[in-house]
Amino acid sequence: MSTVSRNMFKGAAVAAALALTLTGCASGPSTPTVTPIDYKACMVSDAGGFKDASFNEEAYNGLKEAVATLGVQEAKVQSPETATQTDYVNGIQAMVDEGCNMIVTVGFNLASATRDAAKAHPEINFALIDSSLSNDDYSPLSLPNVKPIQYDTAQAAFLAGYLAAATSKSGKVSTYGGMLFPSVTIFMDGFKQGVDYYNSEKGASVSVLGATGSDSSKWSATGDFSDQTKGKTLTESFFSQGADIVLPVAGPVGIGSGQATLDHSGTYVIGVDSDWYNIPAHAAYKKNILTSIEKKMASAVLAVIKSGVDKTFMGGDANQYVGTLSNGGVMIAPEHDVMYPAGVQAELDAIAAKIKDGSLVVKSIYQK
Amino acid sequence: MKNNRIVREILNTSASTTVFAVLASFIVGGVLIAVANQDVQTAVGYFFNRPGDTFAALWNAVSGAYAAMFRGAIYNYNAHDFANGISPITDTLAFATPITLAGLGLAVAFRSGLFNIGANGQIIFGAMLSGWVAIYVQAPVYVLFPLAVLAGLVGGAIWGGLVGLLKATTGANEVIVTIMFNYIAVYLLGYLLKTPVLKAPQSINPVSLPVQNDAKFPLLFGSDYRLHAGFFVMLAAVAFVWWLLNRSTIGYQFRALGHNPDASKVAGINIGMTYILVMAISGALSGLAGASQILGTERVLTTGVAASYGIDAITVALLGRSKPLGVLAAGILFGALRAGAVTMQANQNVPSEIVLVVQSLIVLFIAAPPLVRAMFRLPKVVKA
Repeated sequence: MSTVSRNMFKGAAVAAALALTLTGCASGPSTPTVTPIDYKACMVSDAGGFKDASFNEEAYNGLKEAVATLGVQEAKVQSPETATQTDYVNGIQAMVDEGCNMIVTVGFNLASATRDAAKAHPEINFALIDSSLSNDDYSPLSLPNVKPIQYDTAQAAFLAGYLAAATSKSGKVSTYGGMLFPSVTIFMDGFKQGVDYYNSEKGASVSVLGATGSDSSKWSATGDFSDQTKGKTLTESFFSQGADIVLPVAGPVGIGSGQATLDHSGTYVIGVDSDWYNIPAHAAYKKNILTSIEKKMASAVLAVIKSGVDKTFMGGDANQYVGTLSNGGVMIAPEHDVMYPAGVQAELDAIAAKIKDGSLVVKSIYQK
Repeated sequence: MKNNRIVREILNTSASTTVFAVLASFIVGGVLIAVANQDVQTAVGYFFNRPGDTFAALWNAVSGAYAAMFRGAIYNYNAHDFANGISPITDTLAFATPITLAGLGLAVAFRSGLFNIGANGQIIFGAMLSGWVAIYVQAPVYVLFPLAVLAGLVGGAIWGGLVGLLKATTGANEVIVTIMFNYIAVYLLGYLLKTPVLKAPQSINPVSLPVQNDAKFPLLFGSDYRLHAGFFVMLAAVAFVWWLLNRSTIGYQFRALGHNPDASKVAGINIGMTYILVMAISGALSGLAGASQILGTERVLTTGVAASYGIDAITVALLGRSKPLGVLAAGILFGALRAGAVTMQANQNVPSEIVLVVQSLIVLFIAAPPLVRAMFRLPKVVKA
């Protein structure tokens, strides 16, 4: 070894020692407060991953809460960004091998993998988010150890649509999806119905860009759930056509929409899945978040894990959970920085009450 | 032709450099596993109180992670019985089948001096055509099954051959064209899955009907294992590519083109025709990868049918130095990484991204042979 490199090595060693001295002086760990119990709750994400600031993350928060409050053990598999059916099967199998008592699978993409695993392992309980089971020919299927957890998000989106129509100065609002799956278009459809309801109540003519016509397969979409640039570009094209509010139903792609609101004053974005105002990933434009359409997945996940721990788990389609405004499974976020026009909050409360008591029906696959 | 030079340089590295590149990636991966580990982070926080904790945590993190990867990819020594124990290696081979097939396709193109980035689109086209036949064509099994496999091959060959045609007739750069063709294939599949052409009528989601049982690759070890007869198709393809590149006249022309297009032209090789042929064969192999996906493991068409195999195949072809056996070994390694990542994550809580990092590091190291030689003090190989 030459002198130079030896000196460099010494320097590096000193630096490393220094770093250790600076960080290494805390005392040892203390014991956790909740008594751990012998129950393993597990989760398999879809391609979005647990840090998508949206759908999977909200579901995972429920598992984290179960670990913190119930003392259950956890294990999880984050499916690769390019997950195939094989990867989902593999992920669930890994959870079975880990000896999980309850496996929560997040997203309709995992439906058939969940079905096959549930048939092979009747002793394990499953909860499937955003889908129910079906056979290979798509006839409905109900298994006693699988509880479908679904959300009638159209009801909350209806409120957001009404609010957007009331807030818009230009008389144009907009929406788009990542890909036009039913769990995506249900947001856009409810939003559209909310705008229409505002129009008929107030004699207004607010239009919805990105969701023209009744055929939801022709609505606007970016094509994936990952490319934020596409979300920004599409949003800017909506804004240049005169829209001043956008509802992105595309997970992290919506971050691009939020960024677009920073370049166009007086424009707002509506969050999905969780209250974006409180999520760090959306902090840069939180003053432009009009509201968020929330799917309270964390509480449903916590509840289903608790039912497993208490041995009160009930599976099958008869016991499926559908989140609605009435049971608090879906809702819109409270007013934050963007002030609602005078009187709108009261109108929203009145509409929510009507939806809850059934006198106003928001159409969706759950409410025909 | 800058990218040709880089490819040729990578293909010329010695086998030992490649092996050490993989080794180096696993070592760096181990460092990252240790850094990302919660217990290690906690233990370092009180290093001077109990330094032993840090070393114990380091050892547990890294050995635990790689042991879990072994259990998920090769043999699960914690399983109750042998039958369950060998299931991981069959998973690895099932994952390796499409990756190797696509890798072979790219190897043919790379050896011919064509930088084909289009495996993704070619896999999708193969899967689409093969899937359509396997779902809708009514025929007895001895017609349906070969027809479905052939459809995959033809689908990929058309999608690849078109690129060759464009290059031969207009001089279009194959890198750009194949990338664009990937987008076309992805969005075409997405569109067709929303129309009655491919979408299952009863489904509300963009998913096709499952392929008919007669069209499926038979499972090799029963329904408990995912390994299917497509594995033998892959092995046959390895042999075919070896014969093509080393023993056939066409293959000789391919390689001549790869070494020096101008000299090949002077020597009387029809350059345009060779471009088309190279890309068609390259695409056909990727198309077979698509067929093995839809007829072997996936059974339904979804937008994600090609996974990341089109991109993995580039690494696999480069890592295998575009030699058939090398590609096979690299393909099995990548299959093992994909299968093992899940167990590593489920059992040891290692972020699945670590595996992607290891894969990327492999590329980095094989692209920088001097770095690997310096790390392991290997002598420089002088090639004639």
